Amino acid sequence: MRTHSSTDARRRQTGRRHPLASIALITIGLLSTGGAYALLTTTASAETTTATQQSISEGQKIFAANCATCHGMSAAGTEHGPSLYGVGAASVDFQMGTGRMPLAYQGPQGAQKPPQFTQQQIDDVAAYIASLAPGPGIPDQKWLSGNADTALGGELFRVNCAMCHNVAGAGGALTEGKFAPSLKGVEARHIYEAMVTGPQNMPVFNDTNLTPQDKADIISYLKFLDENASVGGFDLGSLGPVSEGLFIWIFGLGAIVGVTIWITARPN
Amino acid sequence: MTTVQETTTAPAKGTRFTSAAANYLDERTSISGITKELGRKIFPDHWSFMLGEVALYSFIAILLSGTFLTFFFEPTMTQVHYDGSYVPLKGIQMSAAYASTLDISFDIRGGLLMRQVHHWAALLFVAAIGLHMLRVFFNGSFRKPRELNWVIGFTLFILAMAEGFTGYSLPDDLLSGNGLRIIDGMVKGIPVIGTWTSYLLFGGEFPGEVIVPRLYSLHILLVPAILVAALGLHLLLMVINKHTQYAGPGRTNENVVGVPIMPNFAAKAGGFFFVVFGVIVLISSFFTINPIWNYGPYDPSPISAGTQPDWYIGFLDGALRLVPPGLEFVLWGHTWSFNILLPMIVVGIFIVAVVLYPFLEAWITGDKREHHITERPRNAPTRTAIGAAGVTFYAVLWAAAASDILATHFHLTIEAVTHSLQALLILGPIIAYFVAKRSCLALQKKDREIALHGYESGRMIRLPGGQYHEVHKELTDYERWRLVDYLDYKPLMVRPDAQGRISPMQRVRAAFSRWFFEDRISPATRAELESGKEHH
Repeated sequence: MRTHSSTDARRRQTGRRHPLASIALITIGLLSTGGAYALLTTTASAETTTATQQSISEGQKIFAANCATCHGMSAAGTEHGPSLYGVGAASVDFQMGTGRMPLAYQGPQGAQKPPQFTQQQIDDVAAYIASLAPGPGIPDQKWLSGNADTALGGELFRVNCAMCHNVAGAGGALTEGKFAPSLKGVEARHIYEAMVTGPQNMPVFNDTNLTPQDKADIISYLKFLDENASVGGFDLGSLGPVSEGLFIWIFGLGAIVGVTIWITARPN
Repeated sequence: MTTVQETTTAPAKGTRFTSAAANYLDERTSISGITKELGRKIFPDHWSFMLGEVALYSFIAILLSGTFLTFFFEPTMTQVHYDGSYVPLKGIQMSAAYASTLDISFDIRGGLLMRQVHHWAALLFVAAIGLHMLRVFFNGSFRKPRELNWVIGFTLFILAMAEGFTGYSLPDDLLSGNGLRIIDGMVKGIPVIGTWTSYLLFGGEFPGEVIVPRLYSLHILLVPAILVAALGLHLLLMVINKHTQYAGPGRTNENVVGVPIMPNFAAKAGGFFFVVFGVIVLISSFFTINPIWNYGPYDPSPISAGTQPDWYIGFLDGALRLVPPGLEFVLWGHTWSFNILLPMIVVGIFIVAVVLYPFLEAWITGDKREHHITERPRNAPTRTAIGAAGVTFYAVLWAAAASDILATHFHLTIEAVTHSLQALLILGPIIAYFVAKRSCLALQKKDREIALHGYESGRMIRLPGGQYHEVHKELTDYERWRLVDYLDYKPLMVRPDAQGRISPMQRVRAAFSRWFFEDRISPATRAELESGKEHH
């Protein structure tokens, strides 16, 4: 290097050899990936239907009357309920749409029950909560059709969901009275929203963890299980060997003991 | 024989053919002796004596359906991409074993039915064995001369469980793989040899590529061969020892009252075989079992909620679930997993105690007589109480295997279920012991009362002096027999032997005997019965 002339050295310090070149490159790289990332990840919030001011104020009224006891008048949370800043419309739609909110009682887990509000009212509250802070929006209809890849969906389901929800989506026990509910007959929209928002004890499966396409695949798998009758006959709740064992002892052996009594009975 | 035939005028053509054929066979095999002996084997007609038969017939159903399955099952762990009819698994990589099981279920005519027959029949097989064993235990039918047959029968029970477990592991689906992983963990928990044994078993690190073919050889060759041999021995001893029977008029320790095999019983039993088979096929047609397509191919990373073994392995799984935490420690550079060893030791002791029970009881009672009359459970209160305690112990372990399902379905916390079952595992058998013993004694007292004084008829009469009196209805002799025909035992006395010494062993034995027989109700004696009759 030292043998080179000074002009040569100066020339080499411009362009891609410039001392700041690497910093500029990193900046460009970060900006482009970050920008692309932002563009891709904002698709979820972009899906949010633009809420009208009227809907938001309507939602605020419903919220103040029904939710504020626990979540606070400004939805900032109290000791009885968490803050709703950033939970997004998806969370509201899931919790109220499946009847989990308003809670029936404080317990380990809010139970599913018939929804307490009309879809219009739920949409209003969702608009109000979404207006407070950005969060996951209502999923796009294109992920919810149930026509995606069931085989991949099944594999993703077994790897990510089956340890709590059971391979057939029959549900399972968690600690301290919590449980993973059965997924039979759950609406595609609610499945998607649950994955995005991680309600109650469920972890969040964000879009980098499971892409929207992966989520659509999982939904398709669950819809396949819902729509196709169990091929082997009644599925006994898809609970696995426990219900099978109970069945053979009570009905199988029960029927056969009945026959033995009948065969050995003497006419009186 | 010949004279009879000569005097018979022209027997029908069919009869002539049968006798000629029978004669032909007999001259070459001398089979008539066996046929005579077997054909006149007597079966007492009580339903509880048919439970063993249920096990036998389900075993035949298992053999037949299993043979069908071997035609199509491919016991290798070669990786393939599934290309069958079940859409949600299309293109997924899996072992040939799993793929062929899916083909049996979806693409081979009658395959799914056969799979379900095989699996349901297996569950029924073990359940029938279990109920049969309970019948034999609570009737005292394991006493001399049948102790060995009890041991053989118990071996059959263990072999049936081994068959069940190896079969459960063959399809190489997620459920069976999870089951094998638990076995792998248990094997690795054995000190010193555990890890080596696991590597030997799986041909390397779990899951390896050899376990399915190895289990297949065990499942269709070795275990069934031993099972059939033990089954033959079991039946042979049953013929040699003859059936036991319930006490009743005309029934003694020297005879068996019932129906001979030929011709009626054989017809009934033959029909019964088809009934059992029919029930199995009916269940298999309407109720799904082990829907392996739901579970997906085995992959060591995922696991499903509600992963359980088939019911007969449940008590082992339950033992693992109930073991309290914090029992694992490092000593002398080895990890001692007492969280795995403790359940294995406890369950092992339980199993050995069940196998040896006939010998233990014979030693305690010092009874060397042959017993062919079954005891009603109430007439052996301590045995019944021990049995009740054992059943409770097993039942708690069994329930523990379903702790998660109990928690979700009864809206309980899983910790509460586990802790309650832990307490019940210790307290349950103790409570069951005392409740059963007291109930037996109470029933015996009631029987004695009825034998001596008859039933309360509910008819009140007023005596001339104004006194009221309820008329008791006398039993017939036939009815009374059942109530008084049982053996009366007394605790063994400690006696000095020929050298005038009393060995410590004898003291132990006397103590056990006292525990066994100190609470007892003697059957009504003849004198008591006579005086009882005079009363009324």
